[in-house]
Amino acid sequence: MYKVVEKRDLAPGIHLLEIEAPMIAQRAKAGQFIMLMIDDKGERIPLTMADWNPKKGTVTIIALEAGKTTMKLGTVKKGDELRSIVGPLGIETHTQDLGTVACVGGGIGIALMYPTVRAMKQAGNKVLSIMGARTKDLLILEKEITEYSDEVHICTDDGSKGHHGFVSDILKKMLDEKRPIDVVYAVGPIIMMKVIADLTRSYGVKTIVSLNPIMVDGTGMCGSCRVNIDGKTKFGCVDGPDFDGHKVDFQLLIARNKRYLAEEKTAVEKFKKEVA
Amino acid sequence: MAEETPAPKKERVKKKYPMPEQDPKERIHNFNEVPLGQDAETVIKEAERCLQCKRSEKRKICVDGCPVGIDIPAFIRKVKEGDFEGGIKIIKQYNALPAVCGRVCPYENQCEGYCVVGKLKENQPVGIGRMERFLADWEREKGMAKPELPPRKGKKVAVVGAGPAGLTVASDLAKRGYDVTIFEALHAPGGVLIYGIPEFRLPKAIVWAEVEYIRSLGVKLVFDAVVGKTIKMQEIAQEFDAIFVGTGAGLPKWMNIPGENLNGILSANEFLTRTNLMKSYMFPEFDTPNRIGMRVATIGGGNVAMDCARTALRLGAEESWIIYRRSDAELPARREEVHHAKEEGVKFQLLTAPVKYTGDETGYVKKMECCKMRLGEPDASGRCRPIVCEGENFVLDVDIVNIAIGQSPNPIVPQTTPELKTTRWGTIVVDEWQRTSMKGVFAAGDIATGDATVILAMGGGKKAAEGIDRYLSQNEPWPAKEVFDKISSH
Repeated sequence: MYKVVEKRDLAPGIHLLEIEAPMIAQRAKAGQFIMLMIDDKGERIPLTMADWNPKKGTVTIIALEAGKTTMKLGTVKKGDELRSIVGPLGIETHTQDLGTVACVGGGIGIALMYPTVRAMKQAGNKVLSIMGARTKDLLILEKEITEYSDEVHICTDDGSKGHHGFVSDILKKMLDEKRPIDVVYAVGPIIMMKVIADLTRSYGVKTIVSLNPIMVDGTGMCGSCRVNIDGKTKFGCVDGPDFDGHKVDFQLLIARNKRYLAEEKTAVEKFKKEVA
Repeated sequence: MAEETPAPKKERVKKKYPMPEQDPKERIHNFNEVPLGQDAETVIKEAERCLQCKRSEKRKICVDGCPVGIDIPAFIRKVKEGDFEGGIKIIKQYNALPAVCGRVCPYENQCEGYCVVGKLKENQPVGIGRMERFLADWEREKGMAKPELPPRKGKKVAVVGAGPAGLTVASDLAKRGYDVTIFEALHAPGGVLIYGIPEFRLPKAIVWAEVEYIRSLGVKLVFDAVVGKTIKMQEIAQEFDAIFVGTGAGLPKWMNIPGENLNGILSANEFLTRTNLMKSYMFPEFDTPNRIGMRVATIGGGNVAMDCARTALRLGAEESWIIYRRSDAELPARREEVHHAKEEGVKFQLLTAPVKYTGDETGYVKKMECCKMRLGEPDASGRCRPIVCEGENFVLDVDIVNIAIGQSPNPIVPQTTPELKTTRWGTIVVDEWQRTSMKGVFAAGDIATGDATVILAMGGGKKAAEGIDRYLSQNEPWPAKEVFDKISSH
């Protein structure tokens, strides 16, 4: 069992949980994820780690309410225990000797981008962070990301803070201004990552995306997380989650991530009834 | 003095006493176990069919067919005397998972395949498997006695993977006085026994009970520990005197044909893990979903394929097909599984292989194009090679397809442990004592053999436990690297 030592809501529907998991905290690296199961009847879901503390022996996850499990995470309280946490899984983000890196995070992707920004900076790269959300209340970890960034650019869909528009607008402007960017790292909604990858392709800038396919075991056993990279089938859990954004078949990923929409709806409705 | 009259010679019972089973029409609507088990009286009568053969150089008997070498005539003798306690005691000297093996072992090729009675004209072999099952169930239902343990040796052994091989090693070594800790990647023990084999073939409560027994031997279990990720082999090696790797064959194989990544096409591992480990058949009470297909095709002809096809029926499929490229005679599944599948209405589309899948606008599979095959000359495996019949393709409407064409060895431990030499198939190279190229590390089960059966993994585990005991009690030098190079080049 894994004790929740801290629980906060960062914004409506965005939950931060700091959980005791010493073995994972010792070894976690930027870009890696955990599989989490709330209780005996729960499903196993992948969540990218937003932070970890080897001394304290904790890992931090930030989850956006999307399906039943993430909604239920919202009801977990400090002191509660979670049934299972496995990690650190996946291959860590490559950070060495890149040069200037533009880190682009959208929505809950900002939380996942934070450890990458930090690792990129600590590895000696110049870090340009671009963070976007629907509205200013959903802009999380601004302070933390600023600490490890050479520049921070903010945008919101509704214009409530920063640039009124999308992260891709800011990146496009940078590229048009011929700012030297060696690598773009993008994490967020699939459609955002696709837009970023399509944009950078025409500028010939290498782009890494962090994919979030549906998983069951998270250790390479089931293939639920198959993605198509440059025409070849890869497993998001063991071959990723980072992939070359210019080689990802995003249409397939979008379709595969909709596999259980109907069941998800059933589960959410049942959960809402139970909570009410 | 009255003359002694010889007792009238009893007529031999030629057939096994029947095993009661759930009616096929009923059972396809539930996940309860199919064979219901026999009563004490029947099992004693079955034991009376045994000839108590003596093993010799010249004559092979039941024991010769058992991968873990259970003294079968001895336990049957106990059953015949009605001494069930004595019977299960004998089995447990050799086998830590009797209730599992009494259900999923391919006895027909093993103990029962060697049974002398079965060689007699018109006779069936003695029902050894069902007797093992009876004894294990009898003991579990009355409550298992806590075993007596020998004094501790003060030596620590780590076991990687709580599947059949790992549980066997753990149990054998704990009984010899070692301190054993099992590291398991999933959140529950059993390996393929819980994620792979369905409830209707192996109730999970039985697996829990057998694992509890192993725990009662003092074995510690650490869950959620992916060795190579959560903790490295090298770190374990610093803390333990020996390591056993039994990480199995968990990597699904694909056919790499067009459309294979469409929604609704799953590896057998995914389909079965969702159903068995995550209990998706009780969705939404349990959170993990599994899309219910009305027309389900399972590619492959082994036990895993039968499990998928039969599970699909229980989940509500109207039609469930086995698509297999050879003929009925070559089906690698146990005959009992094939028989059960047929009884339940699984359709066998033999001499057929898929070539392409097409889907609808939502990315869900709708059609499977198949080619017909015929059998050619036997290949290296001794089975007839299937040959495509050109121009005879046809299309099946499907909405779920399970790919059950085998699994490759789990790559995580070898990939993160360069000291471990592997073959080109990804299995870990081992010598006759199950030793690997890394000093103090042993391996057995599917990770060493490639995908096989539960009982073969247990047999390998037994040998590894022997090897580990020898290693830790004798001062023998570890084989040189070249030994393993030589083995892998064979």
